[in-house]
Amino acid sequence: MNIETGRGLGAWAFLHSRKKRSNEVTRKRGSVWAWIILILGILYFFVPLFSTFEFSMRMLKGRYSFEAYRVAFGDSRFYHDFGFSLLWAAITIAVSLLLIVPTAYWVHLRLPKLRPAVEFVTLMPFVVPAVVLVFGLIKLYGSPPITLVGTPVLLIAGYVVLSLPYMFRAVDTGLRAIDVRTLTEAAQSLGAGWGTILKDVIFPNLRVAILSGVFLTFAIVMGEFTFAALLVWPAFGPYMEEIGAMRAYTPQALSVVSFLLTWGSIGLIQWVARGAPGQQAQIAGTR
Amino acid sequence: MSGSNLEPSTTRQSLLRGDTPGVRTPRSRAVWAYVGVAPFFIFAVMFLLLPSLSIFVRSFQDLQNHFTFDNIIAILTGRDFINAYKASLSISLITAIGGAIFGFLLAYAVILGGLPNGVRTFLTTFSGVASNFAGVPLAFAFIATMGNAGLVTRLIETNLNVDIHARGFTIYNIWGLSIVYMYFQFPLMVLIMAPALDGLKREWREAAENLGGTTYHYWRHVALPILLPSLLGTTILLFGNAFGAYATAYAFSGSFINLVTIVIGAQIQGDVLYNPGLGNALALGMILIMALCMLGYVSMQRRAARWTR
Repeated sequence: MNIETGRGLGAWAFLHSRKKRSNEVTRKRGSVWAWIILILGILYFFVPLFSTFEFSMRMLKGRYSFEAYRVAFGDSRFYHDFGFSLLWAAITIAVSLLLIVPTAYWVHLRLPKLRPAVEFVTLMPFVVPAVVLVFGLIKLYGSPPITLVGTPVLLIAGYVVLSLPYMFRAVDTGLRAIDVRTLTEAAQSLGAGWGTILKDVIFPNLRVAILSGVFLTFAIVMGEFTFAALLVWPAFGPYMEEIGAMRAYTPQALSVVSFLLTWGSIGLIQWVARGAPGQQAQIAGTR
Repeated sequence: MSGSNLEPSTTRQSLLRGDTPGVRTPRSRAVWAYVGVAPFFIFAVMFLLLPSLSIFVRSFQDLQNHFTFDNIIAILTGRDFINAYKASLSISLITAIGGAIFGFLLAYAVILGGLPNGVRTFLTTFSGVASNFAGVPLAFAFIATMGNAGLVTRLIETNLNVDIHARGFTIYNIWGLSIVYMYFQFPLMVLIMAPALDGLKREWREAAENLGGTTYHYWRHVALPILLPSLLGTTILLFGNAFGAYATAYAFSGSFINLVTIVIGAQIQGDVLYNPGLGNALALGMILIMALCMLGYVSMQRRAARWTR
């Protein structure tokens, strides 16, 4: 740093003045193509969304109307299947939380050596695609000794597997941000048991992390198709697909609903995580 | 930062273990510590490891459960299977490279292109939504965009006065599906590349310029070598992302495009291959390719992590 300061400073001043000019030039030039790329990106984002909305309004010939939405919401099966999806989402979130939070906490506290193993497991949905996992599950649990086909266990298990990457990532990031050990010790020295520690100390401190995991899991499960369709359970995803094969316009109305769900979930994540540091991009598995 | 957390101090350890004094020997304590993670690993074994293992074992079994290589050979030589893999691999390659290039340019434009600050928040939020907006609704969105009665199709037909379907043009092929996949591919690239681009330190550029380097030199010798692991790693991730997709393709074109996932889905719904072993071998091939992708991605991430500390 302090080598030949005098000469260095002179050179720095010279280069700095030159650099400033060249930077201004590149910035101006850069802006043009940066805007072009950005506009292309925005078009790619919005044209399909706008088209979907426009399409959903065209059910009645010659004018725009919400007829497709009326038809979509007038179908009693919509409520039936959508309700089931809500149920699956709730169970998945509960199971995923019960599985991930204590495990991640325990690994942070006692078994840091196991962290890579846990992380590896949570990344498995990227290695085993949903359709392949369903295939394996049906073959394995379709006949004795353990028969689970026909019970919702496989569906929930599949959804929990899908939720693992972001649930773990969110909780892991949350745990890093707090001093798990000190909090645990403080609770223990006040006479708290493990249940109390998890429920009253760790959970509240992980609120933001857990909520972002929960909302993302919710968004994924609500639109999920592969598991529900191939395991033959009623859900919003297969319902949409079925309607898509039967009707025009209504499927697009349902797509708008589904998009609003995703948008709402991500929006809620951003809202609860506002100001919280270390929030990472949430990356989902393949669908 | 987290050094104090990780460092096992003896007093802290003893306090932590003091909950049941004198009951457990150190060895049994260690065993008990593992009980805490047992539910997670039992779940992983039951619903991830065993199904994958069963696919592996059954790939090498004939109808009478005897050991055989026939399924594997059939997959490697059967024309339909090779075509399915070709279709899956090409759509993954097209959308991984396309998504990587466009996603990188977009991330670059927003992070380093001198755009207003608000644009960045907007773009990352939207990328978060778009990368999760996959499956059935995405397929319908694109049918409404560029299907036979889609908005863009109608705009082209009325404004340019051409019937684009006259020459047998269809969007229900690999290229059409690629455009659909790109919708969740390039936002993923944006999400992962944005932090990597943030990691490019201003000092590096200044150092390069002080040494007389041009923008070309800077990119060729500094920025690109640093970004390369992230770029390659994310491209591999995008590849795997497209390779495993099923719902989007199924809702978009039914079983019109014979992707591997579509064939496996059909095999689940009814034994269309008339041989369970073949389905297992197909699935095994997918797992192997995906595992290779993950391996490539993880090793690239390790290299990339060197510069993001």
